[in-house]
Parts: sequence; C-alpha cells; structure tokens
Amino acid sequence: MSQAAVISHAAYAEHAEALGFWRKYVFSTDHKTIGKQYLGISLFMAIAGGFTAYAIRWQLAWPAAGIPGLGAITPHAYNSLVTMHGSIMVFWVAMPMLLGAFGNFCIPLMLGADDMAFPRLNMLSVWIFFTSALVLLASFVAPGGAAASGWTAYTPLSDTWTSAVWGQTMWLFAVALEFASFLIGGINFLTTAFTRRCAGMTLWRMPLLVWDEIAASVLFLLSVGPLVAGAVMLLMDRLLGTGFYDPSKGGDPLLWEHLFWFFGHPEVYVVALPGFGIMLEIMPVFARKPIFGYRTIIYSTIVAVGLSLIVWAHHMFVSGMDPRLATPFSVTTILISVPFAIIVFAMIATLWGGSLIFDTPMLFVIGGLASFIVGGVTGIFLGSAASDIYLHGTYFVVAHFHYTLFPVTFFGGYAGIYYWYPKMFGRMMDERLGKLHFWLTFVFFQATFIPLFLAGIGGTPRRVFMPSAYPSFASLQPLQVMATVATIGLIASQIPLVVNFFSSMFRGALAGRNPWRANTLEWTVDSPPPHGNFPDPPVARRWPYDYSVPGAASDWLPQVAETNPPAGIKVQRAS
Amino acid sequence: MSDATMDRTFAEPAEADAFSGIPPGKLGMWWFLASEIMIFGGLIACFILFRAAHGGWRAESADVHWRIGAFNTLVLLTSSLTMVLAWEAVKTNRPERVGRFLGLTVVLGLTFLGVKGYEYSREFGAGFTPFSGLFWAFYFTMTGLHALHVFAGIVVNSILWTRAARGRLEGIQHRIEYAGLYWHFVDVVWIFLFPLIYLS
Repeated sequence: MSQAAVISHAAYAEHAEALGFWRKYVFSTDHKTIGKQYLGISLFMAIAGGFTAYAIRWQLAWPAAGIPGLGAITPHAYNSLVTMHGSIMVFWVAMPMLLGAFGNFCIPLMLGADDMAFPRLNMLSVWIFFTSALVLLASFVAPGGAAASGWTAYTPLSDTWTSAVWGQTMWLFAVALEFASFLIGGINFLTTAFTRRCAGMTLWRMPLLVWDEIAASVLFLLSVGPLVAGAVMLLMDRLLGTGFYDPSKGGDPLLWEHLFWFFGHPEVYVVALPGFGIMLEIMPVFARKPIFGYRTIIYSTIVAVGLSLIVWAHHMFVSGMDPRLATPFSVTTILISVPFAIIVFAMIATLWGGSLIFDTPMLFVIGGLASFIVGGVTGIFLGSAASDIYLHGTYFVVAHFHYTLFPVTFFGGYAGIYYWYPKMFGRMMDERLGKLHFWLTFVFFQATFIPLFLAGIGGTPRRVFMPSAYPSFASLQPLQVMATVATIGLIASQIPLVVNFFSSMFRGALAGRNPWRANTLEWTVDSPPPHGNFPDPPVARRWPYDYSVPGAASDWLPQVAETNPPAGIKVQRAS
Repeated sequence: MSDATMDRTFAEPAEADAFSGIPPGKLGMWWFLASEIMIFGGLIACFILFRAAHGGWRAESADVHWRIGAFNTLVLLTSSLTMVLAWEAVKTNRPERVGRFLGLTVVLGLTFLGVKGYEYSREFGAGFTPFSGLFWAFYFTMTGLHALHVFAGIVVNSILWTRAARGRLEGIQHRIEYAGLYWHFVDVVWIFLFPLIYLS
C-alpha cells in the first residue's frame, strides 16, 4: 500500500510540474487551492456585505443626511440593502469562509489524505459558488433593484410581482446555486472523512475541526432539502402563477416560514459548528494543554445537530401559527442550549490552568468565545415564547444574532486565517498588526451591538427605514448613532488585516513546517504543502491533543510521534 | 478507557474502521440520495398537510387518470428490474448483456416520460393546469420534479449504455452500480407519489 502511495505521489509531483498557470491557480482540483479560492471569494464578498452594513447603519443614525457614497435612498432600497446584507453575510461570507475555505484546506491535510475524495467535483463546487456570487452581485443593478424581502424571503413579500421582479428571481437562482455548491462540497467532506483517512486515523482520533465540518455538512444536507422543495414552489408561484403561498388561491404564506426556518435555524449551526471547530483546534495549541472532554464535545455536537432540526418554530412565535406549538418549541430551544453550554464549558476547561500564549489566533479565539457566550445567553430570552413576544422584531434580536454569528464567522474565521496562513502561504503574518486588528475589532464590535440590545429592550422595531420618525423611539436615537459610529470604526478596523494579509505574503518571516508547535498532521509537511500533500503516507499513532504529556521530551507530541510516555505515568485520554 | 485499550492507542496503527470498505463513489451517492430524500420528503409532507387541511381534495383528485398512472408504475418497476439485471451482468462480466439491459432501462424510462407527457396533454386538454387550484399545482410540481429526475437518470444511463454497447466495461462497472442506486431511488419516489396522488 505504501509503495503504491509513493508512486502516486511521484505522479502528483510530475503532474504538478506539467500544469500551466490556469490549471494550477484557477481551474485547480487541488483542495488547498480551492480552499484559498473560497477564502478569497468570501473576503471579497465581506467587503460587499460590510458596505451594506455601513449604508444601513448610516441611514438609521442620520436618515436626513443621505449616505456618503450612495446618496439618499428610498425605503425600498433600504429593504434591498437589509436583504442583501443578510444574504451575503450568511451565504457568501460565513459559509465559504468556515466550510469552503477551512473545510477544504484542512480536512484532507488533517486526515493525512492526498486530496478530497472527489477533486473534480470539488472544483465544480467552487465554480458553481463563484457563479452564484456573480448572479447575486448582478442583481444589485437589475431593473427594479435587488431582492427586498429579507434574507428570509418571507412570502407574500417574495411571492408578489409588486417589487424587485428581477432581483427576487435572481436572488432565488443565486441561493439555489449556492446550495448546490455546498451540497456537492458537503458530500465531498463526508465521503473524504469516511474513506480517505490515513492509517491509524480512526474516527476517534480525528481533529475536532474535521468532526465539526462533517457534522455541519450532515446538518446542511438534511435541512436544506425541504427548503429546496419550498424554493421550487416559490419559483412556480413567481414564474407560473401557482398559489402555494397565496391565500387567495388556497395556499398559505406560513408554509414558507416553516420551510425556511426548518433550514434557516440549522443553518446557524452549519455556520457555528465549523467556527467552534476552528476555536477548538487552536485552543489546545496556545494553552499547551490537551482539549478537555474530546468525546463529550463530539457527542454534544451530535446532539446539537439532532436538536437543531426541531427548534425552527421559535422564529415564528408571533407569526400566527397555532399557539399550542409555542411551548414544545420553547422547550426544544432551551434544551439545545445544553449541548452548546457543554461545548463552551469544555473550551473554558481547556483554557483553565494552561500556559496561555496570547498570539493573534488565540486572542481571536478567546474574544470570539467571550462574545459568543453573550449571544448564547441572550438567545434564552428569545427562545422562550413568553419573553420573545415582547422582544420579537426589535433590535434585541438583531444584536443577539450578531453576537452569535459575528464571533463564529469573523472571530473564528480570523483566528483560522492567522493560524493557518503560515501553512497556506509559507510565511507568518505580522503579530503587531494582528494584535492591533484584534483589539480594534473586539472593542468596536462590542460598541456596535451593546447599544442595539438597549434599543431593542426599549422596543425599537427592526426592519424600519426610519425608526426616529416614531416619537416614542426618538429618545433612543443616540443609541443608533453610537452603533453607527462604532460600525464605521469596526469596518475601518479591518484595514490592518488587509495590509497584513497582502504584505505578509512577500515580507512575512518564513514559517517553516510547524511554527505553532502543533500536533495535527498538516504541520508535518512543508508550508505550503506540495500537490498531493504528503511525500510519504503518514500514520496517525495518537489523538491530536497530546500537549504537555508528563515525561515526554517536548511539550507536544505530533499525531505521528511514536514515543510512548514512560511506563507508569497516567495520561489524560480522549475518553 | 481501560488499560488494555489505552495501550493500543499508542505506537501502532489502529485497525481499519467500518466505513473504509465502501468505495467513495458509493458513499457519495448515498449522501446525495439522503439530500434528495429530504427534498421529495419536504414536498410530499407539504402535500399531505395541505390535503388534510383542505378536506382531502376528493373532487379534484377524481380527475387524475389512475389507469395511466398504474401503467407507468408498471413501466418504472420493470425498468428497475432491467437495471438490476444490467448490474448483475456487470458482476458476471458480460458486456453485451450489460448493454442490452441498460438499453432496455433507457427505453422504459423514455416510455415513462412519453406516457407522462400524454397524460399531461390530456389534462391540459381537459383544462387542468398548474393554476387550477392547489391540488393541480402540487400534482404538476411533484410529478414534474420527478420527471426531471427520470430524465437525468436516462441521460446517465444512456452514456453508460453507449460505453457498454462498445463492449468495454473497464472503468464503468462501479458507475453502473451508482447509476442503479439513483435509478431505484427515482423509482421509489414514484412508489410514494402514485398512491398519494392517484389512489387516495
């Protein structure tokens, strides 16, 4: 077996030599290149998403002033901006960053595989995704403007022809393409994890990031189907004039809400789990301590995946659905905080008593964890029907979900970028710029969303073009202004990242194979790894979290290390 | 973990796990079918709930042609049989037999679509279109989405058929098995659609 693998590696090397520029960097089947392509697209789309955030916030703070760079906007254009902000950030930033980029880059390397199970399908998925991004961006200039019915595309807003005729249909097509891309990607992740692991890499030795990526893929695969069916029906309604969501034709607009949130709520975990995976992967390295409760974390993840399929109606407490559904969905929603609390406590216990090294990746992990806890705790208020009826549709909800999604997407994603950048590009990122980036981002993030919690508790409704027009909310306007100033600061805080990202490619210190002294398999090969990844097929001889093992020569034992600890020493194990 | 198992986690590769016996293509196909089940499952669940909420749609469903549907069920079931026979011939390495049965599968699939088209034309002729109320909207959406899946299966089977008809099975043996998995899935979807639409 190893001989065959060596031959195939030689073939890889020869093959890589023969590839021209286009096949090597653009139409590549190499999972590492594809991961970088996803990362590039997601960071580019984050600029578009950030611009919409800026425009929305400016409108809310100074509605009379006109948005610099965009001018005065109509209420319809404001709805478009909100719709596109949500769609872009969830589908075109969070998913490609956390699943596309780190899933593709890390899974084969961490499992000791030469590539994904289906490299050509992988290339197909990134190009479908690229197309979907183009369709979405094109809808901005479509006649009638971009989709304006929210990222949830609630019927009948999305079902009628009154506005955004082209924009809404293009939005549907873009989302359909995006789903196709991530379905192909998810099938690829799952098949790779189950068939391409190197010798010794049992399921219970897989790094937690891989576990989280495949859990997210299973969840996406299971939750997206009914929404695809719903989207087919919506498309039929829009293009053919059927009446699935039209009460005047016997349909029911609530059907869409059920189908959307059956996907939409699990989608939060599709994004959150890989974000957690990145955090869990980085923590032990910078705490120099084994992960706490490896198997418990995995079991909790599986329980969370199962529960997340039966919580969706907590988005619909005030929608007019049967009120008898409120209690069961409150119960499941509060229940799902249990597995997540277990994961969070496992993270804290991993940090407890470690020799923490506060390099940039670790700062983003700890900052992300701290912020996510705020998001999780405020979720309890929205999950129980009684308090949700008051808070529903206010800025409290906006602040809550930004406190969950921003930490996993950006704190988690940035942690991943700073941590794996040396492996991706062979050079270290600048630590001083990185720390500056972290502190500015952390402070401005809190300053943006804490005022929105307060505005929400005060009752300010979201999705309103000009809340200050209502006399009862006029006194809360200073909170909106503060959030807007902080948002502009938050966007400006990303400048150090951009400078760091590009200048480090040329001027960063050479990273070497294992700059962080980490255990997982990707750190045993060159940075960046060659096409085909491993010159010799690796053998995993232990779990990936043997840090500070008593009696060992160094404070880390890579997964390939053969050394046993001296006899008689009890080591904390996975179970 | 006990001491005995703890020893095993050090310095020796563990045994292969339960999944490694499955070829990647087959596992990928099963995951794909899992996602397809959720798509059709979602659609069928919506249909059942709406039907119950609207009092059963007894009058509307009286106008579907159950005899045509029953004939098509027979056609599709037979095509599943020929697909299995093709896969059986792959295992015994008889390319002509593979080609013959794949060809039969394609012909039966086309028959299904032809009959379906005839049925649609009769319904359009009688004035039943996707806009004639929710029952017909569901009818055309569900059978239409299923017909698209049949069409995709026919395309795949035709490609494999032309390869097998030239007498060469190298490299496509497994693809015939995976195409078969997909084809049987499409068949099973129809097994759900037929009683739900035509018989209730």
